[in-house]
Amino acid sequence: MSGSDLVLSGVTKQFAGFTAVDDLDLTVPEGSFFALLGPSGCGKTTTLRIVAGLETPTSGSVTLGEEDISRLKPYKRPVNTVFQSYALFPHLTIYENVAFGLRRQGRKDVAGQVKDMLDLVELGTYAQRKPNQLSGGQQQRVALARALINKPKVLLLDEPLGALDLKLRRQMQIELKRIQTEVGITFVHVTHDQEEAMTMADTVAVMNAGVIEQQGAPMDLYEHPRTTFVANFLGQSNLIGGEASAGDGQHVRIDVHGVGLRVPRDRAAVSSGGVWVGIRPEKVFLAEAGAETQDHSNALRDGVVTDVSFIGVSTQYLAKMAWGQELMVFEQNTGARQSFRVGDRVDLHWMPDHTFVLDATQDASAGVERVDPA
Amino acid sequence: MSTPVSTTAEPRGRRRGRTGYLLLAPAALWIILFFVVPLVTLISTSLYDPAGSLETGYAMTGYVGNYAAVMQDYSQQFLRSLGYAGVATIACIVLGYPLAYAIAFKAGRWRNLMLVAVIAPFFTSFLIRTLSWQLILADQGWIVDALKFLQLMGDDGRLLATPLAVITGLTYNFLPFMVLPLYASLEKIDHRLHEAGADLYASPFTTFRKVTLPLSMPGLVAGTLLTFIPAAGDYINAELLGNTRTQMIGNVIQNLFDGGSYPEAAALSMTLMSVIVVMVLVYIWRSGTEELV
Repeated sequence: MSGSDLVLSGVTKQFAGFTAVDDLDLTVPEGSFFALLGPSGCGKTTTLRIVAGLETPTSGSVTLGEEDISRLKPYKRPVNTVFQSYALFPHLTIYENVAFGLRRQGRKDVAGQVKDMLDLVELGTYAQRKPNQLSGGQQQRVALARALINKPKVLLLDEPLGALDLKLRRQMQIELKRIQTEVGITFVHVTHDQEEAMTMADTVAVMNAGVIEQQGAPMDLYEHPRTTFVANFLGQSNLIGGEASAGDGQHVRIDVHGVGLRVPRDRAAVSSGGVWVGIRPEKVFLAEAGAETQDHSNALRDGVVTDVSFIGVSTQYLAKMAWGQELMVFEQNTGARQSFRVGDRVDLHWMPDHTFVLDATQDASAGVERVDPA
Repeated sequence: MSTPVSTTAEPRGRRRGRTGYLLLAPAALWIILFFVVPLVTLISTSLYDPAGSLETGYAMTGYVGNYAAVMQDYSQQFLRSLGYAGVATIACIVLGYPLAYAIAFKAGRWRNLMLVAVIAPFFTSFLIRTLSWQLILADQGWIVDALKFLQLMGDDGRLLATPLAVITGLTYNFLPFMVLPLYASLEKIDHRLHEAGADLYASPFTTFRKVTLPLSMPGLVAGTLLTFIPAAGDYINAELLGNTRTQMIGNVIQNLFDGGSYPEAAALSMTLMSVIVVMVLVYIWRSGTEELV
């Protein structure tokens, strides 16, 4: 723990009838780009508002470095927010919007700082415009400038890119990351977009139903999900029911519908009893039924292709297995892989190192994004 | 340059222009009938020879002296009217702003009920409501008794027939006209702007001063106009709650009309109207709400 880490301990927030945030512990290291990722209603925005001081926690404390800021009024906290809908002051010019925080603190050299900040977000020529004369992306950058100019210890971003179209969002993700690296301020970024979280953040905390499910570097979360929620919410996963047994020293042996699979011990959250065997669709290879596979690879044989979608960089297959489950397979379109058609009989195989094992007491469909059938 | 394009485009453009005027016609007719004609009548009446009477008729002599005469005779009532209306308007702001603010931001599920309560007095006639203030402020009323008990009453021991009574009546009668436009503009303010203010180091008071107040200016300006203009021309409150020393310009105009002095009454009405129009223009210009109103 260093100088100005943001630490939430045992934070609970209850609203009439439900608990938005449930006994949350969280440490955000100073200078990091931290993403709170979760579906809507998971409590991530409430958590952010508690840090900003816009909600009072029912219990628990928020500390910034040595200082307990839990009971400080929002306007006394060294924390600034980029609001979801920007909340720019419509009656003030862009210049005055950005200068607002500095003026309230009675800082010197407002003009110079505002100019620098507007240059940083590339809006120098818009200083005298009103917010409603700017596009969504420009307003977003004004909101960022207005918060950042105060040099807060922590900058809170509440779904800052939610209102932008896809192309602009990509651009702003890169922009935000650049600015964060440049100013070195701790960013806490709330989002429901897993791609956004993984692109930008050093550390991602996946939140669900008021608690942190898992926290870590994006790649670590993706490769080692610890819960079915994380496995499904971050990317997609095939989860197959099985029974774990002893295995050898380095591997756990899992019995899946009569087939033995091997999983490295450190990738298994549980090593006995009912489990979900997980494998990412892009890590699975398809082969003609009965074809030879590499030694030691995990293989599930004799599925039938039920759906093929060509999406450019890859082809996505659904293969129905003997026990009725449809498994996803994403094959890269490198030209080296054989392609299949609906009705073909196929074997699925993958490396044991890519397999993960989760406790079967969890709901296998937790965190699956619902796709509207229309 | 005469190209085929211009010859075909022109009649079409003209037809479109005529449609616009035709659509304007009903509104224009309405304005001519109910605004222009009465205004012209009033102006010409104000220029009649004051020597005429209802019996002998009036001669149109273009006599501008009417204006000078009324300004000389009634400048006191004139200034008093503007003064009373000004004080009543300020009282309406002081009472109405917190009320509108509370309804807009704090009332929650009571909001509609409170709005109904603001509007409810309109279900009773203006006259009856003003008359009931006579009872409230009466010499034997409980308010006077209570103030006497507290040694807060002046020497003559009266509330009724004082400037205070007239201003109270004006304030009471025009308060809803302040509250409703204020509520309408406060209610439109995004609550997140208050949070943004708090987040940017502004105390609740500073947030009010720098964010809420400027954003409610259109409502405040509209409310001020809706209160000040009718209050300045009002004569019911001065008539029912005041005495001869609290006469307002409305009473004077009414008396002049009743007494058959049409040219003076018209001149006084025109003067009042011009003064108010000028004040309103200056006020709107000063408050910088041209683009917001």
